[in-house]
Amino acid sequence: MVPLSAYVVVSAVLFVTGLVGVLIRRNFIIVLMAVEIMLNAANINLVAFSHYFESMAGQIVALFVIAIAAGEAAVGLAIIIVVFRGKISTNVDEMNLLKW
Amino acid sequence: MIPLFFAYFSVVSIVAGVLTVALRHPVHCGLALLTLLLHVAGLFVLLNAEFLFAVQIIVYAGAILVLYLFVLMLLNLKTEERFLHTRYAVILFASVAVLGELLLLVLRSPFQGAKGDAPTEVILQDGASYAIGIKMFSDYLLLFEIVGVFLLGAIIGAIVLAKTPTSPLQDQRET
Repeated sequence: MVPLSAYVVVSAVLFVTGLVGVLIRRNFIIVLMAVEIMLNAANINLVAFSHYFESMAGQIVALFVIAIAAGEAAVGLAIIIVVFRGKISTNVDEMNLLKW
Repeated sequence: MIPLFFAYFSVVSIVAGVLTVALRHPVHCGLALLTLLLHVAGLFVLLNAEFLFAVQIIVYAGAILVLYLFVLMLLNLKTEERFLHTRYAVILFASVAVLGELLLLVLRSPFQGAKGDAPTEVILQDGASYAIGIKMFSDYLLLFEIVGVFLLGAIIGAIVLAKTPTSPLQDQRET
C-alpha cells in the first residue's frame, strides 16, 4: 500500500520543477509547457486526495483543471503566434510592449 | 506490485519533468512532456481514476500536446545558444530550498480527515466513469456549464488573436 504522502511528495517535486521551468527558461513555448507540468502536479494531488479520502470531488475538479489547461494552451499559443508574427522571437525577455 | 508500479511511474514522470525544463531543443522538450503526461496517466490508474486516465491521454497527450508541437513546427524556431536566464543559478538555489521546506512539511503532516461518501468498493462496482458522471451532472452541474462557456470564450479568443489583421483595421489606421 502506497501512503498518501508519497503521492504528495511526487506532486511537490513536479510542481517545483514546473516553477523552475517558468522562472528560468527564455522560450515562451517552454514556459507554457512548464505551466502544464504544474497543472499536472496539482492534478496528481487532487486525485490522490480524492482516492484516499473516498470522495469524488477531487476527480471532478481535476477534470475541470484539464479543461482549463486546454483553454490556456489555446489562448497562450495564439498569443505566441501574434508575438512571433510581429517580432520574430519567442523570447520572454523581449516581450516588453505592455511594460510602460 | 502496486508500489513497484508507483515507483516506476513517479520516477519516470519526475525525470521527464526535469528533462522538459532542462533540454535545449523545444521539440525534445515537447516529447519529454509527452512522457510525463503518459506516466501521470499511469499514476491515475493506480488511484482508481480510470476516467481521468482516459481523459489525460485523449485530451492532454492527444490534443494539447499536438497543439504545442503544431505551433513549434509552424514557427520553425532556431535553437538558441542561451536558453536559460542569466541568473538561473539563484532561482535554482531558491527553488531547491523551497522544495526542501515543502518536503519537510509534507512528510511531517499526518493527512487525516473525514472520509467522503465514495469508498473504493462502491466505485469499483460500477466504475469511476459512472461515479463521476452521477456526481458531475448533479452536484457540479453549474460548474460544468461554466467550463463550457469558458471553453467557448477561449476558442473565440484564440481565433480572434491568431487571425491575420484585416483591411478595415488598416483603413482605420490610415485615416
